Amino acid sequence: MSIQYKTISELRSMLDAKKISSKEIVEETFNLIERNSDLNAFITLNKDAAIAKSIEIENSSVKSSLHGIPIAQKDLFCTKDLRTTCGSNILSNFIPPYSATVIENLENAGCISVGKTNMDEFAMGSSNETSFFGGVVNPWGDKLVPGGSSGGSASAVAAGIVPAATGTDTGGSIRQPASLCGITGLKPTYGRISRWGMIAFASSLDQAGPMARTAEDCAIMLNEMCSHDTKDTTSLSEDIPDFTKELNASIKGLKIGIVKEFDMSKLDDNVVSIFEESKKHYESLGAEFVEVSLPNISLSVPAYYVVAPAECSSNLSRFDGVKFGQRSENPINLEELYIKTRSEGFGDEVKRRILIGSYVLSAGFYDAYYKKAQQVRRLIKNDFDSAFKEVDVIMSPTTRGAAFKAGSKGSDPIQMYLEDLFTIPANLAGLPAMSIPNGMVDNKPIGLQLIGNFLDEKRILQVAHSFQKSTDWHLKTPEGNKLS
Amino acid sequence: MSWQTVIGLEIHVQLSTKSKLFSGGSTGFGAEPNTHVDLIDMGLPGVLPVANKEAFLKAIRFGLATNAVINQTSTFDRKNYFYPDLPKGYQITQMALPIVGEGSIKIEVDGVEKIINITRAHLEEDAGKSIHDLFEGETGVDLNRAGTPLLEIVSEPEISNAKEAVAYFKAIRQLVTFLDICDGNMAQGSMRCDVNVSIKKRDDEKLGTRAEIKNINSFKFIERAINHEVERQTRIIESGGSVVQETRLYDSVKNETRSMRSKEEANDYRYFPCPDLLPVVITDEELSLVKDNLPELPDQKEKRYIADNSLDAAEAKIIASSKTMASMFEEACLKTDDSKLVANWLVGDVSALLNKDGIDIDESRLTPSNFAKMVERISDNTISGKIAKSVLEDIWDSGSDVDEIIQDKGLVQIQDESLLEEIGQKIIDTNPNQVEAFKNGKDKLFGFFVGQVMKETQGKANPKSVNEILRKLLS
Repeated sequence: MSIQYKTISELRSMLDAKKISSKEIVEETFNLIERNSDLNAFITLNKDAAIAKSIEIENSSVKSSLHGIPIAQKDLFCTKDLRTTCGSNILSNFIPPYSATVIENLENAGCISVGKTNMDEFAMGSSNETSFFGGVVNPWGDKLVPGGSSGGSASAVAAGIVPAATGTDTGGSIRQPASLCGITGLKPTYGRISRWGMIAFASSLDQAGPMARTAEDCAIMLNEMCSHDTKDTTSLSEDIPDFTKELNASIKGLKIGIVKEFDMSKLDDNVVSIFEESKKHYESLGAEFVEVSLPNISLSVPAYYVVAPAECSSNLSRFDGVKFGQRSENPINLEELYIKTRSEGFGDEVKRRILIGSYVLSAGFYDAYYKKAQQVRRLIKNDFDSAFKEVDVIMSPTTRGAAFKAGSKGSDPIQMYLEDLFTIPANLAGLPAMSIPNGMVDNKPIGLQLIGNFLDEKRILQVAHSFQKSTDWHLKTPEGNKLS
Repeated sequence: MSWQTVIGLEIHVQLSTKSKLFSGGSTGFGAEPNTHVDLIDMGLPGVLPVANKEAFLKAIRFGLATNAVINQTSTFDRKNYFYPDLPKGYQITQMALPIVGEGSIKIEVDGVEKIINITRAHLEEDAGKSIHDLFEGETGVDLNRAGTPLLEIVSEPEISNAKEAVAYFKAIRQLVTFLDICDGNMAQGSMRCDVNVSIKKRDDEKLGTRAEIKNINSFKFIERAINHEVERQTRIIESGGSVVQETRLYDSVKNETRSMRSKEEANDYRYFPCPDLLPVVITDEELSLVKDNLPELPDQKEKRYIADNSLDAAEAKIIASSKTMASMFEEACLKTDDSKLVANWLVGDVSALLNKDGIDIDESRLTPSNFAKMVERISDNTISGKIAKSVLEDIWDSGSDVDEIIQDKGLVQIQDESLLEEIGQKIIDTNPNQVEAFKNGKDKLFGFFVGQVMKETQGKANPKSVNEILRKLLS
């Protein structure tokens, strides 16, 4: 029985009706992984442990939402006894002695981790081209990038290999690949999901989240991923609701904000017309559109590219070849050990960001760059606070266009950084945001971004679900498109 | 030309918390290398620090005892540099907003008191240890110490000479041990200091260029290192040169300081707020709880000993100066009403023994509880004061328990009056000439009879009873 393209809810029904066993699902998943190996979506597979768990699950009387469901884990989450590389050479031999809280939460809910997905090195990239393990292919077309940094997770879900995967989002790393791969992805409020065991890129921005085919599945995943974690002091203590409840609530009278300052003229014409169509669709569902102003929004990308590299330059200092990971052979002294290990271990994009980060934090520049960027961040947060006094959610395209060809952004990193134009503001403000498929450009999917108020994941999930109940963009599959 | 020395000290005090500043790892000293290390101390990918509240409460005690500003909201910053024993490649410290702000402490040198202002005291994590001499051509790293909480106490540059610096260090050590926030064990590195030294002409307002001497962990070395450094700087300036700003290392074997790195080679630490830790907020309730439970400090003890225990000022000062001495006094006073007697033992015999050996009370084998027991045995007439002196010497050498010493050496005092009377009579009978002389008015001979009884009993007779019995027999 084929399980390709099935959602969590569908697999759950099949399992409950005993039409298929957990073991069969897992075995079929590994068949799918093998058939799609050209996608390069996985770095490490967890086959033996996954099959063992599927047998154990079948004999267990406990049934929770994810029992027996195969999930792919982004290779940025530490998994006990299973190699965790973060897409980098420097961690290409790292086997963590512990698991991330998110992984524990999901596995305690019965999910079966089938493998670790490919990603941009240390989550720095928007095309998955910076991975030490090679780029990931977008199932929607040969040589198309899946976006990044959670490109492997997005590609695996889009190809129907797994119903859901974990991702992380520092500046758009869940939403941008979700958009480019035609799936649904959600970045929760900063602090909703524990960062314990997530290999840090930019600690004040990093947030884990689910990537799946539907908003409903994202809600199911989110229910298990969130927890109050005393091991992460930035983990929020606010109540965690059941995100699957009230998914069907009507959006009649809902106020949706359109950001005055988002310059649509620089977008692909198709993206603009698809966005307009989605607006009309929401109007037909009873929503109302209001223009809101986020006056400081144009400063998002520059502020982000100061704060994120600064934090990354410090977070990545621990990769020095002394305690774990790769170490350069035969250095003549300590300084050379550091220089060679880090020169060989990190790729160009990571080095570029470490350099930028070290520069903006250095004596004499701190006030002009880092401190100023943090002030800008506060202003952007204030802009959103004012806007959310008038509207319930804010809507924009997720990306400037559809998936692009690998190598097509050339050698100018700025072009790649602008990929995150629409997604970065939610990270800077710590707000929940998601991307749902809302149309096709030249047979390639694109996404619609919904930004919610602080802790209001429930609302954006409702808004996304109401769209998916009445459209079929999220049901489209790349079947037949592949390698076209 | 007369030069004025300007000294500032940065003292690192290891706080005596059970677990580390940001992890549940143990802070115990002396374990096998890398056994007191958890995921966080190793700085594994993905781990996060969680601040230990106990360290904050201990830091606040220090702040309150130095009349310092307590910052009820304090924050952590990262200090970035590479070193093999620094697992994360940065140290978490408090740069922008330390838990303890400006305060002060009183020192005394040759009877003259001086106030030294304290700029700040902040919490930070210790690094591990690099071991260079154990493996041929390789360096070992022991992370047991990594993450241990330190309180770094930074003085204003108000210390004028080596003697004052030592007095200041001693005053801080006395305070932190009384506050029970540090064991004060310098040999184990529980207290270490960096000394900033510069010299200038007496009238110059501007401070001279300073050198920082790193990581000194004994009173003796502080004094020597400063004196050496002042001489070195004076020599440079008087021969027309100028002092370079640099970090120096004191070599106690050669008694010299030498350059570690110059200002140009210094790290740019790229401080920035640690994004993994929220500001730590101390509530009013928590603060007043620390305030209400602040241990009694030396000055307060001194006053109490004078008022309640009728000690004279000199005795009270000596006893209150050390936490161990004060504990001995207080424990022993629970066993006897004669606090004056207890004070005499401490200021007299115990201090004499300390002076003889040139050691600190904490380094001796005498413990407060054993001392208190000795006093108890004097007070309940088990041993005489004279026997007690030999018991004390025995403890000093062996550290044995008082009762065991009395038992093993058969030192129990003879209380049996009929036995003492028998011995007394025997002495009188065998010394008729002395008895006659005594009866003819040679009163001084009374001591002779007492001495003979004591000799006969090997000093174990209760002297008071011997006196009474001999008076009766000789009348």
